[in-house]
Amino acid sequence: MSYWFESEHKLPQSRLAIVSYVIVGIVGLLLLGFWKLQVIDADRYTLLAERNRIRTIPIIAPRGKMLDREGRVLVDNYPSFSVLLLRDDPEELERNLATIAEGLSMPLEELQREVEAAGGLPKFHPLIVKPEASQADIAFIESHRADLPLLEMLMVHRRRYFQNGFLAHASGYVGEVSAQQVEASNGRLRPGDIVGKSGLERQYNDVLMGTDGLRRAIVNSVGREVGRLEQTDAIPGKPIELTIDYDLQVMAEQALAGRKGSVVALDPRSGEILAMVSHPAPDSNVFAVRVPSEEWKRLNEDEDRPLLNRAIQAQLAPGSVFKIFMAAAILESKAVPENLTIFCPGYGTFYGRQFRCHTFDKGGHGLVDFHKAVVQSCDIFFYEAGKRLGIDRISYYAYQLGLGRKTGIDLPSEESGLVPSEDWKKRVLKQPWYPGETISVAIGQGATTTTPLQLAMTIGGIASGGVFKQPHLLKTKQNVPDFRFPLAEHTTEIITNAMYGVVNNEGGTAAASRLEGIEFCGKTGSSQLISNEGRKRIGGGRRFTDNAWFVGYAPRRNPEIVVAVLVEHGEHGSTAAAPVARDIIKRYYEKKSQRGQQQYTVEYKRFEVEPDSVLAQVKPAGKIELRGVETPPGPAVARPGR
Amino acid sequence: MKASAKIRDLDWWLLAIVFALCGISLLQIHSATQNSPLAGMHWRQMTWILLGLVAMLIVSRIDYHTILDQAPLLYLIGLAALVAVLVVGQTRFGAKRWLPVLGAFLQVSELVKLIIIILLARFFSEVRSDQLSLPDLAKAAVLTGLPLVLILLQPDLGTALVLVPVTVVGAFLAGIQWKHAVALLVLGALMLPIGWHVLKPYQKERIETFLRPEEDPRGSGYQILQSKIAVGSGGFWGKGIGRGSQNQGGFVPVRYSDFIMAALAEELGFAGVLVTLLLFMVLLLRLVQNAQRANDRAGMFLVMGVAAVLGFHLFVNVAMVIGYMPVTGIPLPLLSYGGSATLFVFLALGLVMNVRVRRFVN
Repeated sequence: MSYWFESEHKLPQSRLAIVSYVIVGIVGLLLLGFWKLQVIDADRYTLLAERNRIRTIPIIAPRGKMLDREGRVLVDNYPSFSVLLLRDDPEELERNLATIAEGLSMPLEELQREVEAAGGLPKFHPLIVKPEASQADIAFIESHRADLPLLEMLMVHRRRYFQNGFLAHASGYVGEVSAQQVEASNGRLRPGDIVGKSGLERQYNDVLMGTDGLRRAIVNSVGREVGRLEQTDAIPGKPIELTIDYDLQVMAEQALAGRKGSVVALDPRSGEILAMVSHPAPDSNVFAVRVPSEEWKRLNEDEDRPLLNRAIQAQLAPGSVFKIFMAAAILESKAVPENLTIFCPGYGTFYGRQFRCHTFDKGGHGLVDFHKAVVQSCDIFFYEAGKRLGIDRISYYAYQLGLGRKTGIDLPSEESGLVPSEDWKKRVLKQPWYPGETISVAIGQGATTTTPLQLAMTIGGIASGGVFKQPHLLKTKQNVPDFRFPLAEHTTEIITNAMYGVVNNEGGTAAASRLEGIEFCGKTGSSQLISNEGRKRIGGGRRFTDNAWFVGYAPRRNPEIVVAVLVEHGEHGSTAAAPVARDIIKRYYEKKSQRGQQQYTVEYKRFEVEPDSVLAQVKPAGKIELRGVETPPGPAVARPGR
Repeated sequence: MKASAKIRDLDWWLLAIVFALCGISLLQIHSATQNSPLAGMHWRQMTWILLGLVAMLIVSRIDYHTILDQAPLLYLIGLAALVAVLVVGQTRFGAKRWLPVLGAFLQVSELVKLIIIILLARFFSEVRSDQLSLPDLAKAAVLTGLPLVLILLQPDLGTALVLVPVTVVGAFLAGIQWKHAVALLVLGALMLPIGWHVLKPYQKERIETFLRPEEDPRGSGYQILQSKIAVGSGGFWGKGIGRGSQNQGGFVPVRYSDFIMAALAEELGFAGVLVTLLLFMVLLLRLVQNAQRANDRAGMFLVMGVAAVLGFHLFVNVAMVIGYMPVTGIPLPLLSYGGSATLFVFLALGLVMNVRVRRFVN
């Protein structure tokens, strides 16, 4: 054994004691550290731990459906997945952006742009980077849950519209809420919410839009859900029932046959709109997902203006349809004798200028009285009448009968059209009224503009004796307002007779569209976009071809249906527009007679279950034992011949 | 040395504390891994503990003087093993630390810790004065410095640093002079900037995030933050075993090993922490008491070397969990899961028992 352990040295007891104190000191220090975290700051860290472990995932409420008047679905939803990008951790986000862009096969710049654009939002607010996830996207997210916890999928309800723009302008479309809307909503809307952007979607957004719910889930450190906490269910939006009749809407679309223009069919007794077409129309489904900016630009810059709802926004000269308002002014004001008769050689000179009739090339209408003037749409008669009425009377009656102001339809962005007057011209254009302008206005040219909806409502109202029900699309609308400008019975009778003649008289401008057995009435119109001289100068061209109008209705008095048709550059109301109205009205009556039969059958069946009264009347001579009156209604009795 | 060490002479109080800590360890490892692919890990830790107990008994039976006799040889073997690790060692987690021994992988640096304790005990006990002279101090420094540099090269800063307290405590007990101590502190402070340049980038990063954790909430700053959240959210009574969201959700990094104290603090609360730390304190004080009653200076140095290592581990690890120290990868003795570390602790305790059973020899 070595020598070294034979130690006579004493142990350094005092220094060992110091070490003991150091040990106690260190443990005390550590305990103080724990005390601070676990007792003093416990609440703060508890909160942080909760934030760690709980993820709040919204449950998107489906929007309410839109149904037609018979309960058929016009607009509904389909489930789809959106890709959410969680933004809690900017550095992590920055680091993984390229991977995410590649995985979701979208350009990195686009992703960066979106992330930057969302910079102002609170960090916990996730970003929808891809509204419609593909199968590949879903697979990518699922397989990278561990290393890319930033990505999350969100079940959403995507709006489904008819394709090819069917009903597109009435239904409108939805889109992500804008920053201004969020601000104006008093906290009811949040960024990323889907709201109605146009049409009924916008008008009835509050009804259609539900309340999103939310689900709180327990997640682990890699973002995988390991448990569920409470859940607040989404409250789905309510469906709305429309006044639209799907069959008539289809008929209207078919009859317009892809031409640029608009059709409005309504029931003047209630103001219910049965069909509303505006063509061209965008595919609303495109808007239901995010609109690519190029597509948006294209739609906005398209010369045919597909985003314009022509039915309520067209604002075009009504042409000869305006003659109905002239007729009303003549009869009501009595400023022009009712039996006025003029000679139409195809042209006339007013205030030193020559004005033509549309029959100029055929040598004119010859002798024309009031009825013939409307039926054959003689311009010279109305030039003369307009001259005698004066602009103030014309604009008074036109305005009172509903032109130049909004109908109040339940759609956003309706235009009012314009009835020019001396006062209007002074006020707006700061120019005096020239008498020659009155001549143009008399046949619905000049500054006069209307919308198809306005014409449908006003002609329907005139044929109803001056009761104008506010047009609307929501079937459940209560207490539909109206405005009245009561017309004398005589006036209504004469005007409706004339409009009946337009379709049913020999020489009537819409005689080709006559319907057997139906009191189909109406008025044609063609409105010039450019003066005759101007057209000669430019050499024509489709862009300046006349717009064709027709407003038809049935029956002659107190109509059930009015159809206003506009075919832009259709040239003649008689050939381009009237057949469209005819087809729709025909379809309307077909449906009505079918429904009548159905009703009859229903009534008959009801008849059958109470056989007593029927059989009692039949009183056969045989020995058929009649059941007593007290027999409760039994099953239908089968009888021969039915 | 004819005195036979008897089983009843073992420090049963010390063993009771060790068993209590092992029990807490198994409970927490089970809780931390039960819902993960690592479930059942506590059974493996149990095996290590049993193996450690056997090793402890064996070590306690060999007279420590015999072991100290072989100190120079052990030292050379240790150095050779460290060099071997650098040449043929297995790389895991970016560092060469493992040598294949008997089909298992042994972390050589754990063994080297033990060897340094033995070597320094021998060295300091040979100093035949109440005061440590400068040349002796320098020699001690060189003896520690060699393996320290080799471990640094692996690189394993944490384990390398563990060698320092053995030297410091040894020098203190050997009677270091105050002027030397102060001079060393000043020198150390001057060396800091140089040392900074020697550090690996990940080590710098860890220290930087320690100083400014909010700048890297997903890196090692994230680990410390999550650890603190776990500790803080535990509150006074804790969330209950298996019910800590930070632990069960995997937010606490390596919750069954380096950060086991965070998991414990979350589930058992301050009360559990208090019990655990007091157990550790009593354990360390018991070691000091054993040193005080050692039969000779060599025994004292041996026991205090073990105390220095365990105390350093305790402090660095627990301080890291509550954010007082940077992330160093130093496990908590007896609590953290790990084969080599557990074996080391029991071998070291074997040395302590060894000294204890021979306290009345002369």
